[in-house]
Amino acid sequence: MTYLDHAATTPVLPAVVAAMTEAMSYTGNASSLHTSGRDARRRIEEARERIAAALGARPSEVLFTSGGTESDNLAVAGIFRARRAADPRRTRILVSGTEHHAVLDVVEHLASDEGATISWLEVDDFGRVHADTLAAAIAENPADVALATVMWANNEVGTVNPVRELSAVAHHHGIPLHTDAVQAVGQVPVDFAASGADALTLTGHKLGGPSGVGVLLLRRDVAVQPLMYGGGQERGIRSGTFDVAGIRGLAVAVDTAVSGLTEHAAYLTGLRDELIAGIVELIPDAVLSGDPGQSAVDDGPSRLPGNVHLRFPGCEGDSLLMLLDARGIECSTGSACTAGVARPSHVLLAMGVPEDEARGALRFSLGHTSTPADVAAVLAAIEPVVARARRAAMAGTRRR
Amino acid sequence: MTPEITPELSADSAPVAEEPTPRLRVLAAMSGGVDSAVAAALAVEAGYDVTGVHMALSRQPGTLRTGSRGCCTVEDAFDARRVCDLLGIPFYVWDFSAEFVEDVVADFLSEYSAGRTPNPCLRCNEKIKFAALLDRALALGFDAVATGHHVKIIDGVLHRSVDEAKDQSYVLAVLTKDQLAHSMFPLGSQNKDWVRAEAERRGFSVAKKPDSYDICFIPDGDTRGYLTEKLGVKTGSVVDVETGEVLAQHEGTFGYTIGQRKGLNLGRPAADGRPRYVLDIEPVSGTVTVGSAERLDISVITGENPVFSTGVEPSFPMRTVIQVRAHGGTVGGSADLVDGRVRVTLDEPVRGIAPGQTLVLYDVGNEYVIGSATIIRAG
Repeated sequence: MTYLDHAATTPVLPAVVAAMTEAMSYTGNASSLHTSGRDARRRIEEARERIAAALGARPSEVLFTSGGTESDNLAVAGIFRARRAADPRRTRILVSGTEHHAVLDVVEHLASDEGATISWLEVDDFGRVHADTLAAAIAENPADVALATVMWANNEVGTVNPVRELSAVAHHHGIPLHTDAVQAVGQVPVDFAASGADALTLTGHKLGGPSGVGVLLLRRDVAVQPLMYGGGQERGIRSGTFDVAGIRGLAVAVDTAVSGLTEHAAYLTGLRDELIAGIVELIPDAVLSGDPGQSAVDDGPSRLPGNVHLRFPGCEGDSLLMLLDARGIECSTGSACTAGVARPSHVLLAMGVPEDEARGALRFSLGHTSTPADVAAVLAAIEPVVARARRAAMAGTRRR
Repeated sequence: MTPEITPELSADSAPVAEEPTPRLRVLAAMSGGVDSAVAAALAVEAGYDVTGVHMALSRQPGTLRTGSRGCCTVEDAFDARRVCDLLGIPFYVWDFSAEFVEDVVADFLSEYSAGRTPNPCLRCNEKIKFAALLDRALALGFDAVATGHHVKIIDGVLHRSVDEAKDQSYVLAVLTKDQLAHSMFPLGSQNKDWVRAEAERRGFSVAKKPDSYDICFIPDGDTRGYLTEKLGVKTGSVVDVETGEVLAQHEGTFGYTIGQRKGLNLGRPAADGRPRYVLDIEPVSGTVTVGSAERLDISVITGENPVFSTGVEPSFPMRTVIQVRAHGGTVGGSADLVDGRVRVTLDEPVRGIAPGQTLVLYDVGNEYVIGSATIIRAG
């Protein structure tokens, strides 16, 4: 089996399994006052400190959540509601069109149900948001902006955004910036303090940790209204009994991913470029989406080291996916699903890719278990698969 | 019990060299209903290499009928997926919404605006399931498409199901020999009770799912409301065939079907007190003509664009058994081919035949399909 869908989820690290198994053998609610409770609490706080240290954050800035979607929703809706409560003029949300649905859908909900207005931040052909685009959007009326949200790195095409520059622009006007760094942590250097972001989303299962556990890094001076009410955990921002084992596992995963980052990223970049070059050699009209990855953004790489996103003109992405799946190669069309139906990706459309071309997209995402054999497997299969998918697309065109 | 699966494969569809497996590759089209679930199971059991595919026919699944009765809801895709899980076969959703809108929904609307009565399920079989889906499947390396239709193929010829009440040969009679050659209908030798029991035995959650009868893209079953919304109000007159008197105004000829009695809203009874029926629809002038039942009796029908599903034009004139609607009876008669059109003379008159419907010719034993044609003239 050739698993090349690490951006969807990546195998749990053995060290994480060990840490979680151990943690699950202990009893204790971290909010209890007795010895067992204090023990559980200690495990939580150790994990919090470990995650903070790995990501350039202070422990008090680490809020545990159920994952990326919750962190994104909490940041976007929570900051929007708090900022508007403080000043009712603040109704505008600045958001890029390439965000994950965990951001887009809550923004659209706030627009349809809570009076928010949306300013879409245009992206360039690589899918990148430029600082002057953000500056221009703010300049329309700095007083009515509730927040800006721009992902650190795009989950489909792998393009890295200049978060540091974007934060500087937002802060110039006192506007908070949230960034979804779900794909970035463990792939590119992420330093919360240095980035200047006010809120940052990450999740466990993209970096070898468990699913169902994530973090929102949140600066202490940023007000946020909670989504859930209850026991008042996490400064009252995120109530709910702590998942000690999950949080321990997450801490091990973050620590491992960040400490081995340089070496891991170099390894993945090598495999990535080999895979891209190999495919383009076999399928000369295949087009790489996103930043080519040969430059620097905020002193880091401009493309995620593990991301290969290609468009195959004349093919349907879901035909390619099925044919590769039948040959034991697992990848993704990289687009959102409704009832499992591939729609042309909103990310590609935002980048100006024509709808027809967007339908022929395929994402291979590499991770910690990837090997040169995986690259070889794709290169061995891709030619007949593309040829067959083209015939299938032409069969449809002929009849129509 | 051994299911009947004997697809005939043309030379160019043989498994290609790059496929390591010699097993026949079958794409099971899965609506999420009980029939296609059991059909897929039988194909798996027969030893084929089966992949389940659910066709998404709407861009907004939520706007379609929800629950168990639709053919393309999110829930139906889920049901199909669970069956594939149990069978241990791959499952995908393929998007045919553009084709469906163009070839089925648009055709449905234009036929109604032209005063004809289309059958969208038949059109969907002709243009989507056994065309767009089949073409794509063959191009992707499958050898055949299997569906849960209640019909049999014997020596390449489309036969009625053993379950007369569930027989679907009428809605498949538009298929050509080539389309049939790449189709499998594993349920043709079984009745519906057996299919449900089989689904139950296999633990399929869809075992008790109700059959679907209505048009899947008209969620509430209100065809007239749907047509009014899509085609707009086009007023016209309802006229008595005897007197020429205008009996009522209507909001669109598409709200009427030849032979219709209910919902005419004429306000007052005919002079003789007998019920009146729609006899004729004239979409250009907007005139709907009504009159007594006996005027609906038709003895001669003409159909165009004939398809002979055996691939061979039968020797005309010939004796035949004729069916003119999906859930209707049959009548004997003779058929001839005149200027490329099928002309059928019925042994006894049939009431209420509408242009746009499909006439299907069966053998005199009423067991297999000879061909079909679209009715252009009745009477």
